[in-house]
Amino acid sequence: MKYAFYPGCVARGGTPELLSSSMAVLKELDIEIEELTKAGCTGAGVLQEKNPLLGDTINVRTLAMAEEKNLNIMTLCSTCQGVLSQANHKVKNDPEYLAKINDLIKEEGYEYKGTTDVKHLLWILVEDYGLDNLKSHFVKELSDLKFAPFYGCYMVRPSEALGFDERPERQNYLEQVIESVGATAIDFPGKFSCCGFPVLFINQKNSLKMVSNQTGSAKDLGADAMVTPCPLCHLNLDGYQGKARSNNRGDKADLPIIHMPQMIALAMGIETKDIGLGRHIVNTKEILNKV
Amino acid sequence: MKVSIDVKRFDPEKLNENNWVQNYKMDIHPSSTVLDALIHIREEIDGTLGLRCACRASICGSCGMRVDGKAKLVCKTRIEELVDEGETLLVEPMGNQPVIKDLIVDISAFFAKMTQVSPFLQPDELPEQGEFIASNESMEKLLTEMNCIMCGLCVSDCTILEVDNTFIGPAALAKASRFVYDPRDDQTEERLNFLNDEQGGIWDCTRCMQCVEVCPKGVSPMDRIMDLRETAIEIGAKKTHGYDHTNSFEKSVTAHGRLDESRLAFESAGIFNIPRLLDLIPVGLRALIKGKLPPIFPHKAEDNKKIKELAKKIKEME
Repeated sequence: MKYAFYPGCVARGGTPELLSSSMAVLKELDIEIEELTKAGCTGAGVLQEKNPLLGDTINVRTLAMAEEKNLNIMTLCSTCQGVLSQANHKVKNDPEYLAKINDLIKEEGYEYKGTTDVKHLLWILVEDYGLDNLKSHFVKELSDLKFAPFYGCYMVRPSEALGFDERPERQNYLEQVIESVGATAIDFPGKFSCCGFPVLFINQKNSLKMVSNQTGSAKDLGADAMVTPCPLCHLNLDGYQGKARSNNRGDKADLPIIHMPQMIALAMGIETKDIGLGRHIVNTKEILNKV
Repeated sequence: MKVSIDVKRFDPEKLNENNWVQNYKMDIHPSSTVLDALIHIREEIDGTLGLRCACRASICGSCGMRVDGKAKLVCKTRIEELVDEGETLLVEPMGNQPVIKDLIVDISAFFAKMTQVSPFLQPDELPEQGEFIASNESMEKLLTEMNCIMCGLCVSDCTILEVDNTFIGPAALAKASRFVYDPRDDQTEERLNFLNDEQGGIWDCTRCMQCVEVCPKGVSPMDRIMDLRETAIEIGAKKTHGYDHTNSFEKSVTAHGRLDESRLAFESAGIFNIPRLLDLIPVGLRALIKGKLPPIFPHKAEDNKKIKELAKKIKEME
């Protein structure tokens, strides 16, 4: 089992604990990866506001790199997953546009034929690796923990580009993985909602209200932590929770935001320094006490 | 087919417990829509249930509701596609709008926002004789926007309207784009400057794509908002944090092939905006202590010059 690895900027930047915990999990599962070191940033939908063609070209170039290696892409980030999927969907359905982009990247020797699949680690674990196989690597049951799932917008919308028509069950994978570690996935109505990260630097007041609503309501429903496959959601929900909660609810940050691979690593009994729970802004000790 | 439907009820005339969930059970043909079931309830089981509907053919836009948490036109939504025999479906009124009774919401704010964007053509002068002629090609570009039936589903599930009712919102912004891109309109710049406003304008959209997902007519409001952002930048309407954000993003990706998160935070705050920069310090310090501050010297993609060359090539093409 081997993938072209696209860790994304944030796993290499603001959330190093996502990268280290993912690496530890992949090693334990014996999933091979080959990093696409020449690949550029997906643009996260932000670059696309100003220069959509540049965004799509960089992404098709990434898809072509993986195709050349005859591998599908593994992502660790909902946003990378979504934006790469959107570009892939767009060119697969518009041969003229694909030809235009291929013309731009041919100088570097790339030509995308449209055969690469882009899969977040969450999808890979459920669809390719299988939850039963995954469970065989667990040494701890996290049965004392209740997690609120939080997917991140780009993992669930637009559903057409994400292949939900063929695989509607993708809307439920995070709960399945949470349950596979023996924890309880709480029925969290905000699971497909927005964390507010995209407007953090544009309209912080709105962004903080969103952080407060999501984390506050998950806490009210009895969650010990929130689990997300998206490092951008993590950055906002973890990093700004204190300010968001005191401004909007008059209480304190009390909901740890766990990266999905960290939760899996806990069940695998991987050493806590590799999991990086100490790097979170919201204290995660309560979680470790319940493991 | 045996189905069970939970309906969120609200009766403003009841003094106590005016908000409740009521369950209805029925045997209904498998091809029935959610609207068929609701009408069945109102006519056969409980005449007090309030709902709004008209055409039953997904063209009038009256029957927007939330079904299992997602805004839908209930006349277009088949029960068998959502639940199996014996399962329960939850029907609630649309979100982000005050409820009048049961499943009926007050849509006056929706239309007030439509009015806000001057949804009519404003040409500088009238043609000397006859009608305005617009080319087929120019109108084809507007087909998505023109499909809007003003059902309000996008407004119901907009994640920004949930926290800020000053946001013009997806429906009215999509409507605005329909006039910005109409060749017969001469108020393009004025419209864009108005929509570019920092409070409630195009940059307040969080790009969550809820509106794209729930729109029953393929209007894709968020994509229309993205078009407006691109055009606002083109006409030089740049004095927004939103512009600073996307501009910084482009510079960083072009320079390094990757995102420079620290630079993005500083440049989006505005490098001369002292209060906003000071605001970054506590978060930055906490991140630093926890060892998760983005690298000061950005990580670069290998061979990142190639991305710079691509950007240059694309610029030349324009």
